[in-house]
Amino acid sequence: MPALSNSNWDRRTVLRAAMGLAAAGGLAACGSNNGRGGGASGNALVQYFHAYGEAGTEQAIKKYAKAYKGANVTTQWITGSNFESKLFASLLTKEAPDLFEFHPQIQLIKSGQVADLSDIVEPVKDDFNQADIQSHTVDGKIYGVRMIDDPQFFFYRKSMLEKANVEVPQTLDELLEAAAKLTTDKVKGVYLGNTLQAVIRPMIWAAGADTLNDKNEPAYHTDAVVDGIRQMRKLFTSGDLLLGAPADYWDPAALTQGLTAIQFCGMWAMPVMQQALGDDLGIFPFPKVGDAGKPAVYNGGWSMFVNAKGDRVDEAKEYVKWLWIDNKEYQEDWALSYGFHIPPRTSIAESADKLKSGLPAEGVKLFNEFGHFDNIGWTQAMIKATEDVFADSVRKNGDPEAALDKCDKVVNAELKKLFG
Amino acid sequence: MSTTTTRDLARPAPAKPSKAGPRRGLRGSGTFNFWLFTGPFLIGLLIFVYVPIGWSIWLSFYEARFTVTPSTFVGLDNYRSMLGNDNFTGALGTFTVFAAIIVPTTWALSLGLALMVNRLRFMRAFFRSVFFLPTACSYVAASLIWKMSVFNGVRFGLANTVLGWFGVENIAWLDNPNPPWYWLVIVTARLWLQSGFYMILFLAALQNIPGELYEAAAIDGAKPGWQTFRHITLPQLRATSTAVILLLLIAAYQAFDEFFNLLSKTTWGRPPLVELYYTALGDNQDYGAGSAGAVILTLLIVVVTLFQGKIMGFGRGDESK
Repeated sequence: MPALSNSNWDRRTVLRAAMGLAAAGGLAACGSNNGRGGGASGNALVQYFHAYGEAGTEQAIKKYAKAYKGANVTTQWITGSNFESKLFASLLTKEAPDLFEFHPQIQLIKSGQVADLSDIVEPVKDDFNQADIQSHTVDGKIYGVRMIDDPQFFFYRKSMLEKANVEVPQTLDELLEAAAKLTTDKVKGVYLGNTLQAVIRPMIWAAGADTLNDKNEPAYHTDAVVDGIRQMRKLFTSGDLLLGAPADYWDPAALTQGLTAIQFCGMWAMPVMQQALGDDLGIFPFPKVGDAGKPAVYNGGWSMFVNAKGDRVDEAKEYVKWLWIDNKEYQEDWALSYGFHIPPRTSIAESADKLKSGLPAEGVKLFNEFGHFDNIGWTQAMIKATEDVFADSVRKNGDPEAALDKCDKVVNAELKKLFG
Repeated sequence: MSTTTTRDLARPAPAKPSKAGPRRGLRGSGTFNFWLFTGPFLIGLLIFVYVPIGWSIWLSFYEARFTVTPSTFVGLDNYRSMLGNDNFTGALGTFTVFAAIIVPTTWALSLGLALMVNRLRFMRAFFRSVFFLPTACSYVAASLIWKMSVFNGVRFGLANTVLGWFGVENIAWLDNPNPPWYWLVIVTARLWLQSGFYMILFLAALQNIPGELYEAAAIDGAKPGWQTFRHITLPQLRATSTAVILLLLIAAYQAFDEFFNLLSKTTWGRPPLVELYYTALGDNQDYGAGSAGAVILTLLIVVVTLFQGKIMGFGRGDESK
């Protein structure tokens, strides 16, 4: 019978798996997700979340889901660094999630992928940060519910700057100088993540440019941005930039382990950093690039969307309304109990005592003063195009003008597809 | 099933005298047994291999963005755009560099290991297993170990620690493409993973070389060592070498895991499969162009394989020995 050869094969597979596991140790958890719900979850709503780094987040999301009486909700906790491609790929299949978290991007709306949530958001619209409402609105309809706002900026070790006699950098030039002075044989001056993609938008804004202008035309291709890219290249090759750290920029490890004096990261990591470093911690926005620039903070974050092509749109909407509109207790828990996030609901933000003093309050100030929210017209393909610019002309020695020209082509083609 | 009946008719009475025949009632028609054994695999092959291949070829002629059931026929447009796509042609270049490095190094290393293990007088089984073990490790797991502990860019990474003893500055192996140290990481990971397997193939071939040949060579005055290796061992390994090189080339063409896991957000170091992954499953979800690329890649593999077989005489059977 075929079973015979099958069982041989199985034994071998099992052996391989066992040895692979032994060799991989704790790393084996990666990549095991097949994007499908469990076998018994046929009746449950499926939701996708990217893997948050903070302890307790996965349990929290599952706890909320369990508390919901209207339906079974199962959670796919997507590990790895390419949440968006896993999400996009699964949305095409029958195993597509009924609801998922993501950032507002207009191609999802143009392709009819996400459902109009105006009816559930409208009644409480005034209680939301209006910038968050605006970034989710297309033609008067609101397509997602913001769960958390995540300002991203620099964290630094006060003691290290003092010791090296360095002031908090006010310009990109000063950041380069500071990096040089702060670098010792053990500690690097600055960490921007291994691939630098997190600082692309902040750098564009800090140079006085923007991703797109009001008419949805490219606005990033300016002389100041080109200069900024040249400076970034200088920083990249200076030897003062931490590269190849085991954890990426979103993880506070590089700063807390003393690998770097300054790290680009997000508000979410603040509790862990404070716990590890106490008062030896300060923050500053991405410093201005060139004379016409202005310090910038990226107000990222995550929103809930409903898969309009799923067969249970109404049930999914009901769940989103129950949790992310009505249940303020859980919303507050999600924003403040694990990492720090700024609640997009004004009423919750106002009563959030944890964000009212000390460093968190400074973070909120940067968020309000220098923050740039998502532009819904700036899609994944355009983000990818600017990442290629940084890859080609910061990590590689390519000409920034040429790289930006190439980026223009991609962005314009995409804009044409989206807006005609 | 009609074949079964024909067979039964042709051999009218095999059922009766089979008391001493096959076990478990699997008497009778060999054809039936053939289909019984191979059927499930053929069905699997059909569903999971041939249908997707056919589907992919079909998709390659359509405008298929964000869908796998497209309706707009575009003829050869996808092929034109893929062949005009610098990233894809660049990926073919990347592959060539990769294959040019990995095929000879793996061949030499696994042959070397096999020769050493073959020479051992004791603990041969132990060393054979030790060298074979990495084959059992997955590429993803190995890539993560390579990336996070062996070749990370900070001072406590294994490679940087060792270099640090000699006063060498920390190197960002994977993130800085100048100089392209990432090749070292990728090649060593693959060498570690696959050499053991090919060593076993060479070992089997080495043990198949008749001892008389060496004796005869010794009598004829061949010196042991290089001369014997060059004129006896290597020619005797020709068939195995050819097969190994062929397998290595195919494996190199299929390289994906370590590139995907070791390099992120780059515009370099992308072999064809990684490029196609980003085309078909990335932000664009362009299945038409992705499929066209896959067909081009398949054709290339076929051509190279046939060409290599022609040169090295793979499949010529005994005469090639």
